[in-house]
Amino acid sequence: MRSLIDIVDLSVEEINSLINTANDIIANPVNYSKKCHGKKLATLFFEPSTRTRLSFEAAMMELGGNVLGFSAASNSSASKGESVSDTIRTVGCYADIIAMRHPKEGAPMVASLHSTVPIINAGDGGHNHPTQTLTDLLTIQREKERFNSLTVGLCGDLKFGRTVHSLIHALSRYQNIHFVLISPEELKLPEYVIHNILNKQGITYTVTTSLEKVMPDLDILYMTRVQRERFFNEADYIRLKDSYILNKEKLTTAKADLCIMHPLPRVNEISVDVDNDPRACYFKQVLNGKFIRMALILKLLEVK
Amino acid sequence: MNIDSIRNGIVIDHIKAGRGMEIYHLLNLETLNCSIALIKNASSGKIGKKDIIKIDANLELNLDVLGYIDPDITINLIRDCKRIKKFHPDLPERLTNVIQCKNPRCITSVEQEIDHVFKLTDRENRIYRCIYCESKAKGENN
Repeated sequence: MRSLIDIVDLSVEEINSLINTANDIIANPVNYSKKCHGKKLATLFFEPSTRTRLSFEAAMMELGGNVLGFSAASNSSASKGESVSDTIRTVGCYADIIAMRHPKEGAPMVASLHSTVPIINAGDGGHNHPTQTLTDLLTIQREKERFNSLTVGLCGDLKFGRTVHSLIHALSRYQNIHFVLISPEELKLPEYVIHNILNKQGITYTVTTSLEKVMPDLDILYMTRVQRERFFNEADYIRLKDSYILNKEKLTTAKADLCIMHPLPRVNEISVDVDNDPRACYFKQVLNGKFIRMALILKLLEVK
Repeated sequence: MNIDSIRNGIVIDHIKAGRGMEIYHLLNLETLNCSIALIKNASSGKIGKKDIIKIDANLELNLDVLGYIDPDITINLIRDCKRIKKFHPDLPERLTNVIQCKNPRCITSVEQEIDHVFKLTDRENRIYRCIYCESKAKGENN
């Protein structure tokens, strides 16, 4: 039985296979509409989410399966003090697979140690979010048709932005990737990501506080939101939240085939005047997220 | 002060003075029934003062944790009153309930029954990280 806790749980070959399946689902959705008939997905969301939870639920429904679960810790026995491991043991009696989001880092790993059914980490605090990474990879593959030889700008909250950490992990396994890390000093990429991934694997990177300066170099610009929920101190959030705002004007120096991505939700870090720019890919990402989650559910349930 | 030599067992020597009791607890020596001597502040030509633990029993103890506590500790295995092996402990790959994760965002901060498990991620720099949240262990040895 496989779970997906961290993107590195999947080999490059497995990721490529998931992307192939997702592309096949996009091309031939009818072939997959009954693949999970009689199966149940539990979505255990101890922290609020719109996209990820609905994406998982839509994915299972489009595979012909059913869904159950909760969308906030207050709606579960966690509010009575139940441990993650007890919740998981219980839900494993009802569902065939579990997608779980939790505000505490490592909670899905704890769940996987006690679960009798596959666990999918749907986000654990500021730590990992592997299905967002799969979504991002599918989007990059569909937009750029390659994973090698890309200059990838990561902009905004690189400290708490779990999507950024997972994406770095995943892209670092491909050839000739150069990262441009754009953030305020206080939200820089954590030392352990730099040391354990970039330095260890000899990946080149540039650190800057200026988005404008590096814009012409980028093949991909991955914007992130400064997340209020990650701050213990409101004043720090207020001070940093408007550090980077991408608008039409800033894009004038960008490449014609730049791919602008964002895991969403956005607040104001991408101005709405960018939405109609052909380089804006963030709503395509949302759609891709459903297809790659369908592929993942099939893989973990070992449905052929 | 004289402590008898042991016949069969383990002598943990060159423990930094004052840390003997910590190691006594980490190795769960309080659960053993054999003779155990904990000598504090013994004089040492090498490190000035040291603690020593002598365990008078032929036991299979997991001494891995000593490598994390202090790589300069010396372990002597004694058989028939003779030292048959002397070595410094290696850094263990995993540490369970030796270091506490201090990250307030880690699941271990709210669920008390979860083991605090750290894995060695950088042997050269002796860096351990929590297996749940990947936070670096903050200890005097790191």
